[in-house]
This record gives sequence, structure tokens and C-alpha cells, in this order.
Amino acid sequence: MMFNKIQKFIVADILKNRIVLLYTLLLAVLSWSVFSLEDDSHKGVLTLLNIVLLTTPLVSIIFTTIYLYNSSEFIELLLSQPIRRSKIWNGLFWGLFLSLGLAFLIGAGIPIFLFVGGPIAAILIVMGCLITAVFVALGCLCTILTRDKARGIGIAILLWLFFSLLFDGIVLFLLIQLSDYPIEKAMIGFTALNPIDLARIFIILQLDVSAMLGYTGAIFKAFFGTGGGALIGFFLLSLWVLIPYMISLRQFVKKDL
Amino acid sequence: MINIQHLSKSFGKLQVLRDVSLTCASGQCIALIGPNGCGKTTLIKCILGMVIPNSGQILFKDKNIARDYQYRHEIGYMPQKGRYPDNMSIGQVIEMIKDIRGSKTGLDESLIEAFGLNEILDKKMSTLSGGTTQKVSASLAFLFQPDVLILDEPTAGLDPLAAEILKDKIIRENQQGKLILITSHLLSELDELVTHVVLMQDGQIRFHLPTSSLKEKTRTTNLARAITHVLKHDDVQ
Repeated sequence: MMFNKIQKFIVADILKNRIVLLYTLLLAVLSWSVFSLEDDSHKGVLTLLNIVLLTTPLVSIIFTTIYLYNSSEFIELLLSQPIRRSKIWNGLFWGLFLSLGLAFLIGAGIPIFLFVGGPIAAILIVMGCLITAVFVALGCLCTILTRDKARGIGIAILLWLFFSLLFDGIVLFLLIQLSDYPIEKAMIGFTALNPIDLARIFIILQLDVSAMLGYTGAIFKAFFGTGGGALIGFFLLSLWVLIPYMISLRQFVKKDL
Repeated sequence: MINIQHLSKSFGKLQVLRDVSLTCASGQCIALIGPNGCGKTTLIKCILGMVIPNSGQILFKDKNIARDYQYRHEIGYMPQKGRYPDNMSIGQVIEMIKDIRGSKTGLDESLIEAFGLNEILDKKMSTLSGGTTQKVSASLAFLFQPDVLILDEPTAGLDPLAAEILKDKIIRENQQGKLILITSHLLSELDELVTHVVLMQDGQIRFHLPTSSLKEKTRTTNLARAITHVLKHDDVQ
């Protein structure tokens, strides 16, 4: 009961936030212009996918981290009220996820739905929401790791950099170094370590453009393209939400504030 | 009402509370005083469950507060520097706390009226001055008629008129048998309010005495003099 109340107030608070409004607007402008410029909606999806997978994690993780640091006094106020600690953290996570998810749904979801439609639109929207949840959870973790706001935001930026740029560099490096060995199957396991790549591969495989990925793509297709593989991909992404969130929750419950 | 037993807390290497034991009974109005960094705020935060002690326990109405949160229904807390979500108005904040506490009846809105907050309910929290924010914090602490009030530097930042209103309120609530814990450095202000004094130094409680016996022991007539006397001479235990 109370967890819903906190959630409700946080959503109301965040939805009025200028950054979130800007983020919605940015997504809307990007998606509308991508779909207006590209005749082929599949190509449009690919372009948008790359933009979304760059901006959504960045905004989600940084906004979450800054918002949580800025609400430290508000969290203190809630703590002095008769509420269980886990409910406060739960409310914060859901409040952040719901409002950032809503921003994504309005900004990118509507044009995707209008221009693409069908199961691909649904998958794209679900993945966008999942990626939002993953990076809100990682933002929660960044905040709990250190008391220092500057350091916390630094960790958030590093995490984003790692998952969106550095990780791909490492993968490329490994691919070249180990090109003499049959590492394609191992690559599937390796991708699970990066939520952004998981989402990207998941969507690309639905688009019939996986031929672009070459032989590795064929192996991915054989794995993630099947119903069971899709479930595993979905499950892995859910784990990426659950594990960082549970770690942060455990820390928050015994933290001194 | 509140029974603190052998409480210790350290942040890293820094030992903030050393084996603190203290009993607060209802009807007392206790001034918690001591130099900066002596552990006053940490002690208060332990009672509120915000800081978790390394050892020792706190009993609230004979029940251990560790892992409990229901007891906070009976505490009103006014923080030293309250901060609220910027986008919310005064009215929304008050409604939110009412909602969270789950009580819509039996509310004491006298402070909201006395501070004139009724006329500015639409004002956003981010536009409020420090003093007005303090008025909101004070109103929220007294709103639910709790049995225990914990006030951290309540009058700092308030204008003289508002400070007077708050002090009158504290005296009235205390006369109704409520337990009130105040930390403050303004000793002259505390003089007319408090019935007991707790002096903390270096994370330990130096004494817990009724104001009358403290004045008697130090042969002084007001609290400020009594405390300065104690700090200069080590003879009062």
C-alpha cells in the first residue's frame, strides 16, 4: 500500500522535471525525423535502435544517480516516517523507472508504433523499457556505492561508457586476437555480460538483417532467433535489472543515513 | 518511554558513540546539548532508525526498535535542515505525509494555521526561504500528535515571532505529558522550555539531570551559566 503512495509522489515529481521533458522531446524529435527521412521502416528501426541504445542508457543512469543524490534529504524525511526501508527504495526505483519508461513510451514509443507497427514495434518498445529498467537499477547501485555525489556520477558515466563503447572494443579485440579459434559460441556467453548488446542483438535478429553480422550472426540467429533463445535473452536482461537492484536494496536497508 | 542501552557506533575509525545509556520518560522535555561533533545528531538518528548502531539496543515503550518501523508512528521529527522535492507545493508535501502516515483524522493543524502556511499552500518548495521550510518541518512534526517529539535545532532560522509560536507549542505539548527531545546551541532559548538536561561530550553522556538540580549544583540561576560552569569545572557528574 504505502509503496504505491511513495511511487505515485515520485512519478508526479519526476514527470514535472525539465530534464525528463527534454528527454521525451529529444526522443520524439529523433524518432520522427528518422522515420520521416528513411523510406524503409526496417532501416529506420536500425538507425533509431543505435540512437536509442546510446541515449536511453545515458539518460537513465545519470538521471537516476543525480535524482537519488538530490533526494537524500527527502529520503531522510521518509525514513523518519513509519515506513519500511525496503519500501522507500522500492518506491524510488519504481518511481524512476515508471517516469523514465513513460518518457520513452511517449517520445519513441508512439512514432515506433505508428511507423513500424506489428511485433517488431512491440519488441523494440519492450526492449527500450527493459534497458531503461537496467540502467535505473545500475544508477541505484552507483548511488549506494559511495556517499560522494561527484564520485557517484563519475561511476555512472564510466559504467555507461564501458557498456556502450569500451565493451565493444574489448569484443573486437578478442575477436581479432582469437580469430584462429572457434569462439563464436563463447561470444554468446560474452554478450550476456553487456545489457546493451543483448538488446541490440535481440532486436537485430528480429529484423532479417542479421546476415550483416556474418558467421557470428548466423550462430546468434540460431541461438537467440529461436523461441527458447528469445526467452533466455529476455531472462538475461531481467537479471540485469534484478541483480544490481537487489544489491543496492540490501545495502540501502543497512545503510547509515 | 525511550530506553537506550549501551549504544556504540563508529563511522570507520571514528568512534561517535561510546557505550551510551539513557532513559527518557514521558513528560520530560530534554535538552540534548554538547559541543559540535559530540554525537548528538547520531544519537537522534539512532533513535529514528536512520543510523544503525554497532552494538547496544534502544527500547521504545519496552520494544526493541531494531528492524521495526511501526514505532515511528509515535514520533514526530523535525530535522535541522529539511529538504523536500522541489516540484511539490507546501500543500502537496503535507498531503503526502498525511497519506504516508495513513491518518486523516485526529490531526493537529494548529501550527500550520499559526505559521500562516494555509495562505501559501500553492507555493513550490523550491521557492521557499530557509525559515519557511523550517515552519513546514515543524508543522509536520506536530501534525500527527505523536507521543514523542524530536526536534533538531528547532528555532535556528526561524524569525523571532515564529520561534515564539514554536516555543509556546513545545511547552503546551510538554504539559500534556509528551516526551520532547531538543538539540540546540541557543541555551538561553532552552531555559524556559526544558525540564532536564543531557550533556554529551566525546560520544559519551556526561550527565542527565533535572534543570533545577543542575542549577543548584552549579549555584547558578540560568541554564547558559550552568552549562558554562560545567564546561569549565569538571565537578558535576
